[in-house]
Amino acid sequence: MKADHCEADHCQADRHTADRRTADPRGVLTGTHFIDGDHACCEGALAAGARFAAGYPITPSTEVVERFAARVPKVGGTFIQMEDELAASIALQGAVWGGAKAFTVTSGPGFSLMMEHIGYAVMTETPCVFVDVQRGGPSTGLPTLPAQADMMQARWGSHGDYEIIALCPNSPQECFDLTITAFNLAEEFRVPVMFMMDEVVGHMTEKVVIPPADEIEITPRRHTRKSVEDYLPYGTNGDGVPEMAHAGEGYNFHVTGLTHDERGYPNMTPPVQDKLVRRLQSKIRNAADRICLFEEEQLEGAEVVVVSYGITSRVAQRAIESAREKGLRVGKLRLITAWPFPEKKIRELAAKVKAFVVPELNLGQMVHEVQRAADGQAKTFAVSHAGGGVHKPEDILKVIVEASKCRIV
Amino acid sequence: MAKGRVTIVVEHCKACGLCVEFCPSHVLALSSAFNSKGYHPPHVVHPENCSGCDLCGMYCPDFAIYATKVAPAKEGGK
Amino acid sequence: MSDSLVTEITNAGNPVDAILRTDRMPHIWCPGCGIGTTVNSFARALIDSKIDLGSLALVSGIGCTGRVAGYVKLDSFHTTHGRAIPFATGLKLANPNLNVVVYSGDGDLSAIGGNHLIHAARRNIDLKVICVNNLIYAMTGGQTAPTTPGHSTTSTNPYGTFEPSFNLPHLVEAAGAVYVARWTTFHVRQLARSISEAFKKNGFSFIEVISPCPTLYQRRNKLGDALDTMKYYKEKSKIRNGSPTGEAGLTMTGEIIVGKFVDRDRPDYGTMMRAQYADALGDEYVEQDQREHDQTENDQAEMVCS
Repeated sequence: MKADHCEADHCQADRHTADRRTADPRGVLTGTHFIDGDHACCEGALAAGARFAAGYPITPSTEVVERFAARVPKVGGTFIQMEDELAASIALQGAVWGGAKAFTVTSGPGFSLMMEHIGYAVMTETPCVFVDVQRGGPSTGLPTLPAQADMMQARWGSHGDYEIIALCPNSPQECFDLTITAFNLAEEFRVPVMFMMDEVVGHMTEKVVIPPADEIEITPRRHTRKSVEDYLPYGTNGDGVPEMAHAGEGYNFHVTGLTHDERGYPNMTPPVQDKLVRRLQSKIRNAADRICLFEEEQLEGAEVVVVSYGITSRVAQRAIESAREKGLRVGKLRLITAWPFPEKKIRELAAKVKAFVVPELNLGQMVHEVQRAADGQAKTFAVSHAGGGVHKPEDILKVIVEASKCRIV
Repeated sequence: MAKGRVTIVVEHCKACGLCVEFCPSHVLALSSAFNSKGYHPPHVVHPENCSGCDLCGMYCPDFAIYATKVAPAKEGGK
Repeated sequence: MSDSLVTEITNAGNPVDAILRTDRMPHIWCPGCGIGTTVNSFARALIDSKIDLGSLALVSGIGCTGRVAGYVKLDSFHTTHGRAIPFATGLKLANPNLNVVVYSGDGDLSAIGGNHLIHAARRNIDLKVICVNNLIYAMTGGQTAPTTPGHSTTSTNPYGTFEPSFNLPHLVEAAGAVYVARWTTFHVRQLARSISEAFKKNGFSFIEVISPCPTLYQRRNKLGDALDTMKYYKEKSKIRNGSPTGEAGLTMTGEIIVGKFVDRDRPDYGTMMRAQYADALGDEYVEQDQREHDQTENDQAEMVCS
């Protein structure tokens, strides 16, 4: 029995397992490529089914949309360079409601401008992807040099209480693979996903293998099958995520950034606010186990665990290996999902290890989350860097050695 | 015989007075009655003049009044 | 056909109810506010031009006029302050079959939204923009707007405004709009006709409607109530179709030049985009429906339901 006529509860609720589809071959550049992270991200978006991008030029992200502008007229879609990031970040949402998968690409200063519209995407539950190729800041900062200093902004940059998902690739290959994951998570949870690249990952050229389209799993849009009479734009199934309709399908739905009820009608009262905002939060938090992706290595029996992400994880790898050569028991936890933060994993490890070492290309951002989740059961050591380059492995090694000497709490 | 008929949604009226002023046939006047919000809604004083033009409806900012055309009376057979 | 349509509507009651979310009435607008009047003209235009309501989308920004989106029974989007036009641009480009209307106020469209207004006009994006101009920021309590005439009292210019104000028809004409008209809320039938005409245009169409804000602009400037304002519109409006927009500036109590100022033809953004790609890419160009594939597509996995 085909899904299009099935309205049984389990069909609606189990969409993420039962409704997998595969990539549209028109957007998949199957083969082995030697390309940089920005270009790989574009290919990931196309493979994921993105057919609309709105952008504004900003170093070091511009190549993503430049490639998209060249590719998409041959794949079937639209790129428009808008007049500013404020316009780009909302034009893509209009496109989503018009039926497309859509994204935008930016760096620090543009990311700051997009904050209001990230909040709008959260509140209206518009599935989309915001790519931030992080560079040195604050303000105009270092346009051509890396940093990882937008991590807290990705989580807290817009006003109000909300949750988003943020992913951190550490290679051009991951820029391809995880962009697809980003779109899939966006569709599954009807939330904007922050794709937190950095300038080095964006501009490093490595081998990227793009598989055949039928090997790429795609999460389709949660497109409602209900009748016009029965459809509630913000009514939810068991997992707290409503079904979507697009403009032009006859549903006559209303979408607003105001606090709203299940009909989508503005209803600015405390009970409705409580229900809505808590649901927006819990639809992500309740699924944290599935959303939190990480790479772990030798955590069993480790005394020190190095927690890192993005380009820093590549440098940290060398430091970890050097530490192990010295006989230290060092585990690795590489965050692929930065938000929601994998606090459960950290809490479990904190009970067993002496210390965490958190190198970041910033003056301390994710380290605060590690410390919070460790909750005093293990020490936390930051290895900060103001940005503009990457750590030297010996700078991280030095802190690993220091951490391994600390007393167990 | 009037060509039109006015319907007034009394509870939505805010007594702005536009319908009374701009009815070309002077069909309406503000009444002395109150709706539950304390406004004086209009009432029909010259129903026989109504042409069903619906200018009252076009002007009303509260969608509280409209005029519809009525079918003309049949000739003979009364 | 049209006679039976009229009968059907008159039997159904208030014609505007067909596009209203009657379950949300009464609305929040003040007594005498002109926004509701503009909605009547909009409804009339939809009926008269026989637009397929199922393929109409309405996008608004923030402000009193922005609330229109919440009151119409259409696919409607109440977006962020100043950004209705870029949202509408994305919507239109993703689904060119939609008729996209932007319905917003003067502050939303010409202050915070000013940049998007001029670029969309420049690009000639196929949008129908209805700008209700009450010369003030009303929702937030009566602050100065770029359209507030000189020497007006507002809450942020308590000693009187002194900035020159925008002449919106002039601005959008210069930016490239293909249809530019201005009416007041007194000109209900002409406004409906202009909206109908805009639906037939391909490209950026802009209709300004001067409207009373009796609670703030009129009251603070001792200009009377809504009825007084409508009488002022009736007395001081001069219909000058084709008038040069440069002469259409507004003052607090002076003449109001209204009419259809600009009605020209040039290809809209979508048409130009497709032509350029076709020219550059020939057979390689894939002009395609970008919408997310429907679940009934062939490549969908079958689900087994007991």
